[in-house]
Amino acid sequence: MDPVIILQAGVASGTVLLFATIGEIFAERSGVLNLGVEGMMLIGAMTAISIALVSGNPWLGVLLAMLASGLISQIHAVIAIDFRADQVLSGLALNFAAIGLALVFGESLSKAGALPLLPRFSIPLLSGIPLLGPIFFSNQSVLVYVGFLLTPAAGYYIYRTRPGMHLRAIGEFPAAADALGINVSLLRHFYVFVGGALAGLAGATISLAVSPGWFSEMTTSGQGWIAIGLVIFAQWDPLRAAFGAYVFGALRRMILDIQGPTLLLGLANPFFYNPYWGFFLQMVPYAFTILFLVIGSREAMRKRVGAPAALGQPYVRGERGL
Amino acid sequence: MSAASRPGRRWSFPIAIRVEPRMEQPRGFGTAVSLGAVLVALLLGAVVLEIVGGNSLRAYSYMLKASFGSLGVISDTLVKATPLILVGLACTVAFRMRLWNIGAEGQFFMGAFGASAVVLAPLVPPETPAWLTILAMMVAGFAAGALWGFIPGILKARLNVNEIITTLMLNYIAIAWVNFFIFAVWTEGGFQMTRVFPKTAWLPRLADFARQVPQLRGITLHLGLLFGVVAAVIIWWVLDRSKWGYEIRLTGDNPRAARYAGIRIALNTVLVMMLSGGLAGLAGMSEISGVVHRLQGAISPGYGFTGIIIAWLAKLNPLAVVPVSILFGGLILAGREIQPSGVPKMIQGIVLVCLIASDFLVRNRVLVVRRTPEA
Repeated sequence: MDPVIILQAGVASGTVLLFATIGEIFAERSGVLNLGVEGMMLIGAMTAISIALVSGNPWLGVLLAMLASGLISQIHAVIAIDFRADQVLSGLALNFAAIGLALVFGESLSKAGALPLLPRFSIPLLSGIPLLGPIFFSNQSVLVYVGFLLTPAAGYYIYRTRPGMHLRAIGEFPAAADALGINVSLLRHFYVFVGGALAGLAGATISLAVSPGWFSEMTTSGQGWIAIGLVIFAQWDPLRAAFGAYVFGALRRMILDIQGPTLLLGLANPFFYNPYWGFFLQMVPYAFTILFLVIGSREAMRKRVGAPAALGQPYVRGERGL
Repeated sequence: MSAASRPGRRWSFPIAIRVEPRMEQPRGFGTAVSLGAVLVALLLGAVVLEIVGGNSLRAYSYMLKASFGSLGVISDTLVKATPLILVGLACTVAFRMRLWNIGAEGQFFMGAFGASAVVLAPLVPPETPAWLTILAMMVAGFAAGALWGFIPGILKARLNVNEIITTLMLNYIAIAWVNFFIFAVWTEGGFQMTRVFPKTAWLPRLADFARQVPQLRGITLHLGLLFGVVAAVIIWWVLDRSKWGYEIRLTGDNPRAARYAGIRIALNTVLVMMLSGGLAGLAGMSEISGVVHRLQGAISPGYGFTGIIIAWLAKLNPLAVVPVSILFGGLILAGREIQPSGVPKMIQGIVLVCLIASDFLVRNRVLVVRRTPEA
């Protein structure tokens, strides 16, 4: 049980949460809460495997996974934005429908043969940095490096660019944005699509890079919901999201790896394939999510920062709203 | 004058769709729209089945026969409907107050665990008479489910922690907790199940009376159905007739008004979550005591999640939960043998999407109007 290897694997599995969390940040920043992340991830994972198997090209799989999840996110977008239904319910509905569709279309995938996977490689100079190099830059999937680029790019986009300003405006004060000639409804549709596409990328990251294969609902095993929890912990900020995602990734890996060695810190390992401890270890990520939320909620209450003001509110032109 | 020759005015499509809020509804309109939504959902499901290479018409007729085709399968459908009624009521109670309890699945597992503890821990001595054992199991199942509702309830009330995510996370924790007991503590020879409960812990079934009434042979319907129906009537009375129910509904519809009216929202949040969790826990108790007769891993094909859809299809009306649950019981029963195995889940999901979308038609009139040149 080498801590460097665990952290390295943790960064890889944290990348899944990273994509899903940043996607949800885009959607929520625009004012739309989308609870369908888990389902969209499953659609992404299923599409990525199917396309990669059929075409032999994993890149095409990733691309179409993003497209498929983006398109399915529009079910929620239409119902929540145009039909002004309750966003909580609409997101749940999307989640159930997407999971069901992924299960039906993915039925035969668990018996599929060898998958063409995405390439893994080391970044030349950076992998030589002591400690950080092996953890972040050695023998990682190409999608892990995409995650490193996405985080600052998303932060820059949200805080420093003009479209990013519009994004925040429609989530904070849609009526004012509308008065400035910004098409609130269209942009919200777009950012829900972005969120869906990134959830699809997260799903493809699982099925083509981190833990390849199709295990029906166990493919995502609640990571979509953890991502939604992380958005609150991250207070809608991509950099904090990356921190949370990698911590969670490392935690998930540690739970797998801690049961392996006979010795832990020179002592007999109490977790060694022990069924008593194994199930309690399985609870840890979910218990941690609750703990994160408790901490996040206290901080958010104290600092009065956090959710976009119009999050969850449908915008109706002409009605006095936020 | 043609539109093109007018400066500053673009040509526009001659027909427009106008949406205006519906002021009054014809009687039964909401129900009709819901039924229409379910039909559209079944149609969409059929399209998907055809795409994956299935024969949708045969699949649907098979499902209908497998769930309502004979007295025996109708009994099985009612057995499946029993936990659904209870989880449907659990969701109804919480949703009326706009508390999004998505944790009925975990509360169901905890209820099954609590009821098992009565027999296996054991909390009551083995020679306890059947009626007392079953009563103790009901109380323990309800209490364990209520505890699983109390945690998100108190976090919401005290710290305003989002109950959707906490209830969901608690689902996974509950399942791991039950797995711990069936694999490690109460395991039967290393298998993923406990030993079979003694007969005193079984809910009476109609088949038990086959010696007196031979027609009842093989009819697995158990007393749990009565729990469900009685609970539906009680919950209906609580929500629609009692003062507490009025507080719950007012808080759900208009929290600000409720606060001005002096309603203790935090207290009610905790109590409603506990009642909701307890009902789901009772569903778990009824399932292991009436059907499975032991604690094991695969006791729920997602009952807790189906409860959400049932509550919504029943329009949060506790009495309507009963017939809707019977329909979904049939769907789950038929789904056991149908391929691909995800079909019932998919149909449930599409039904919920269509239902929520169709609500738009109930709230609004959609008119197709001709655009006049002046408009």
